[in-house]
Amino acid sequence: MTDNGHLSGEFFINGDVACAEGAISAGCRFFAGYPITPATEIAERMSRRLPVVGGTYIQMEDEIASMNAILGASWAGVKSMTSTSGPGFSLMMENIGLGVMLETPCVVVDIQRAGPSTGLPTLVGQQDVMQARWGSHGSYEIIALSPDSPQHMFDLTVKAFNLSEKYRVPVLIMSDEVVGHMSEKVVIPEISAADLIYRKMPQIGSGPYHPYKADESLVPPMAIAGQGYRFHVTGLTHDESGYPAMTAAAQDRLITRLVDKIKTHADDIILYDEYMTDDAEIVVCAYGITSRIARYAVKLARQQGIKAGFLQLITLWPFAERRVRELASRVKTFIVPEINRGQIVYEVERCSCGKARSLSVPHSGGDVHKPETILAAIKECHA
Amino acid sequence: MKKAEIRLAGFGGQGIVLLGNIIGKAASIYNNSYAALTQSYGPESRGGSCRAEVIISDSPVEYPYITDPEVLVILSQEAYNEFGAGAKGHVLLIVDSELVKMDTPPAARMLSIPASRLAKEMGKPVVANIIMLGFLAANSDVVSREALERAVKDFIPAGTESFNMKAFELGFNYSSPDERPA
Repeated sequence: MTDNGHLSGEFFINGDVACAEGAISAGCRFFAGYPITPATEIAERMSRRLPVVGGTYIQMEDEIASMNAILGASWAGVKSMTSTSGPGFSLMMENIGLGVMLETPCVVVDIQRAGPSTGLPTLVGQQDVMQARWGSHGSYEIIALSPDSPQHMFDLTVKAFNLSEKYRVPVLIMSDEVVGHMSEKVVIPEISAADLIYRKMPQIGSGPYHPYKADESLVPPMAIAGQGYRFHVTGLTHDESGYPAMTAAAQDRLITRLVDKIKTHADDIILYDEYMTDDAEIVVCAYGITSRIARYAVKLARQQGIKAGFLQLITLWPFAERRVRELASRVKTFIVPEINRGQIVYEVERCSCGKARSLSVPHSGGDVHKPETILAAIKECHA
Repeated sequence: MKKAEIRLAGFGGQGIVLLGNIIGKAASIYNNSYAALTQSYGPESRGGSCRAEVIISDSPVEYPYITDPEVLVILSQEAYNEFGAGAKGHVLLIVDSELVKMDTPPAARMLSIPASRLAKEMGKPVVANIIMLGFLAANSDVVSREALERAVKDFIPAGTESFNMKAFELGFNYSSPDERPA
């Protein structure tokens, strides 16, 4: 352990624990949550680790309060996080929208299990990915990441905090039960201040302060409550002063900026990985735990002489629209296995613009795809 | 790309998940292999049937679950009935002979050790899993003995090192009455 209480070295830990350590390394010092399988180990780890690094852990009465608490902590100047699974994620939806509207940096982790409702509490699902995009009411853009291993959980949690601080938006980590509960080697590097991003602070000596006045980055600097700036934030539509402005014109100005601050920086935000796509006629597109199995199925297909490739979506939202469009112009078919009855496949289909076919390989949840199932879909498209 | 799949099965409280962690850590941190551990999760981990499964490989593990275990460590009758009795000839089956009874020998190559009785004789029933691990180390080359011993020390409470190493040693030096030429 280093002087600042951060771990570094090689560990054999599960994805949930790796996520918690990623948060600690990223400078998260406030966690509010309510235990739920399969995310409980994140809360458990944070409850042990935060007191050691001078942070605060609160077990809240429910997930609605948890989400509110992390927004409040963020306005108090502290990097904050919560973790949950499907049922709790549903409860957080309204206040994720509040986080978007107030432009509040924070990280929300969803260790997905199979739903709807209570569903299969201890078993895997990837059924909340469209909810991540559209679950709160209103028009908005959000950032969501999808890790495939305990190492990825650590790395993407650090990344999630950086993105949330940079763009002042809640960042969602859409993981799943298998990644959360499986243990693998995790290399935790020594994270220095240079690896971390902190929100821009206002630099105004005197005169009026406008908390929602943005520069060309479209991301306004963020004052911390109690540090001298007098300001008001509200979930009502507001103008640059932060006070309600109840007109269609003010609404258009605000919502356009909230959407554009993500869309215009899509290239900075979007991460994906590819394998053997150069000459591929069939591309399997997957994310999270399913991407490991998809990559394996593509290797098996290559061994059988089929020109298959693999596209792993690491950033789910904003969607890797441009890359899918580029690939669609030269591949015949996208195969999209996911542990739901078809969600991301519709995005792939939309971005293909009819140039490539999209085939869903759905799974209702409770288990991962068998490699043979994905291989069979590849062979079917190849025939 | 040598790959070993190990299934450890018994009931909650026997330290099965701990064994999985020790083996996984030994392989991935001290033996420079890749390892992935999955485990049963839920009320069963508080007394009912419990299992931990480890994949060890020279390359990153893609499919996270075991498909064809070559080593089975069986610590309950229920687990034997489910996984051991039907195991094929290429499988190394290691059982606690105090906890598993059988009418006919299985097709798999079986080695038995009364680990739970030996642990009681040492005065600490909880070290049965470490005795079992020592026995596994002596009879399988999936992870080196040195790596396993280092990983044991990482997981056990401070002050119990020599006791646990004694338990490991006891298992390592035990010769199974079932040993027969392959």
